[in-house]
Amino acid sequence: MDYNKYLNQSVQSISPSGIRKFFDIANEMDNVISLSIGEPDFQTPWHIRDEGIRSLEKGKTFYSPNRGFSDLLKEITNYYERRFSLTYSPADQTLVTVGGSEAIDLVFRTLVEEGDEVIIPQPSFVCYTPLATMAGGTPVVINTKNEDNFRLKASDLEAAITPKSKLLVLPFPNNPTGAILEKRDLFEIAEVIKKHDLIVLSDEIYCGLTYGGRNHVSIASIDGMYERTVVVNGFSKSYAMTGWRLGYALGPAPIIAQMTKLHQYGIMSAPTTAQYAAIEALRHGDHDVSRMRDEYDMRRRLVVDTFNDMGLSCFEPLGAFYVFPCIKSTGLSSEEFCTRLIKEKHVAVVPGSAFGDCGEGFVRVSYSYSLRHLKVAMERIREFVGELKDGSKD
Amino acid sequence: MDKLLKLISSNAHFSSAELASMLGEPEAAVKAQIKNYEDKGIIKGYQAIINTDFLEDSFIEALIELKVTPKAETGFDEIAERCMAFEEVESVYLMAGVYDLALIVRGQTMQDIAMFVAKKLSTIEGVLSTGTHFIMRRYKERGMNLTDFDTVTDERSQFL
Repeated sequence: MDYNKYLNQSVQSISPSGIRKFFDIANEMDNVISLSIGEPDFQTPWHIRDEGIRSLEKGKTFYSPNRGFSDLLKEITNYYERRFSLTYSPADQTLVTVGGSEAIDLVFRTLVEEGDEVIIPQPSFVCYTPLATMAGGTPVVINTKNEDNFRLKASDLEAAITPKSKLLVLPFPNNPTGAILEKRDLFEIAEVIKKHDLIVLSDEIYCGLTYGGRNHVSIASIDGMYERTVVVNGFSKSYAMTGWRLGYALGPAPIIAQMTKLHQYGIMSAPTTAQYAAIEALRHGDHDVSRMRDEYDMRRRLVVDTFNDMGLSCFEPLGAFYVFPCIKSTGLSSEEFCTRLIKEKHVAVVPGSAFGDCGEGFVRVSYSYSLRHLKVAMERIREFVGELKDGSKD
Repeated sequence: MDKLLKLISSNAHFSSAELASMLGEPEAAVKAQIKNYEDKGIIKGYQAIINTDFLEDSFIEALIELKVTPKAETGFDEIAERCMAFEEVESVYLMAGVYDLALIVRGQTMQDIAMFVAKKLSTIEGVLSTGTHFIMRRYKERGMNLTDFDTVTDERSQFL
């Protein structure tokens, strides 16, 4: 049977995730020590899990309201008020989704029409381009640069804008680079956005994990941006709740209303058990987030210093749990570097090119591992880089 | 406990450069602080945690409970000090509860330990009774899982 005539051409034209492609190699090898994983190594804090268990014991196994339980909607808006002084109405500006990913998909499908340009800074998480494409949009990539610490520059944004530009994706704190945007960066970007009447999808999934005394600043808190920003967030990274699949969107009521329709028909409601656990996370989980952040911070410093020390220059990432060292000095491409590293030293890291063409020359290293694990892995990378250098002298 | 002490109590094998990186302090300051802790006796020493299951010339250990009559002047300290003096004794703790002192005693065989308790410990003046509990297997010691040390599986997906 020829399935090609049945399969949607747009879906077929989407290339599979570059992260996945690379790991087919890794899977065939034994004794691989990985620095490639994009989720916390911590288990969900016990008191949060316990609330999920308790809800099951009490027989809370039914659908929730489409937009989510009202207690959870309230706690989400309390959180944005307390952390970022942003006021959203739990009644019509908040939607609970199946992970941040569903919220991203809904934003694209709600805002983007055939031919609209969606501006996507790269390197960034792999889902934006395919999802924007499936929504009928035309992705326009902005390459952020190492010398700017991979921050989005207002001038680069300005240069990418055409009459067709509609939506800007703002993926900060950033996966894979660990870059953040600070208030002064956002001020400048906001001016361009307002001037060209764009709307913003601000993916703030890593907002709980920033370092060096920097707190995350949401672009929605910049003057004139609240009404043109949809914030996407979730529980996966800050609260170590990846497997619970719970996220949310906050934004102007007319947008959330349309997103809610799609959510209602496509998903019904986010998982009930996860919602009960998430209420507990938002009510009593602040100290867990800071405990985990302190631990990540120690690992981050160790890994950044170790890379710089072995001669792979690495800007200081101030968010998420990734470092993004430059491997150009080895003379290898990102993919060659990763393939040889895994074959010769059995250490898995992800080629920067998986996150956009401008990630070429870099690799993504996750420090979401124990210090003991990191120490062993970094030692192997050091050997690898040392042998490359010795080899190139011959 | 400060961050430095927490780090080295979990792994004393970090170099001072690594500790300095993690703490965001100059290496010299970290070295000075460690020296300071050593001088003050806050850091008493550095030891490896050894899983004796893998050793051929292994030993066994027992937890010994002692009920004692405290001395009028010195309380429990004098008896504790006498216990500490034996090289067979690894650890001595004063306990709250049904007995007074807890000792970890090490020997080649169960017989060694039994004889040590009978001849050396029970005969100390002020010791009223002893109870011997042999340690059969170590599952976890000082925060380290000794059972499947290197086989803990990371169930996280590689693909996300």
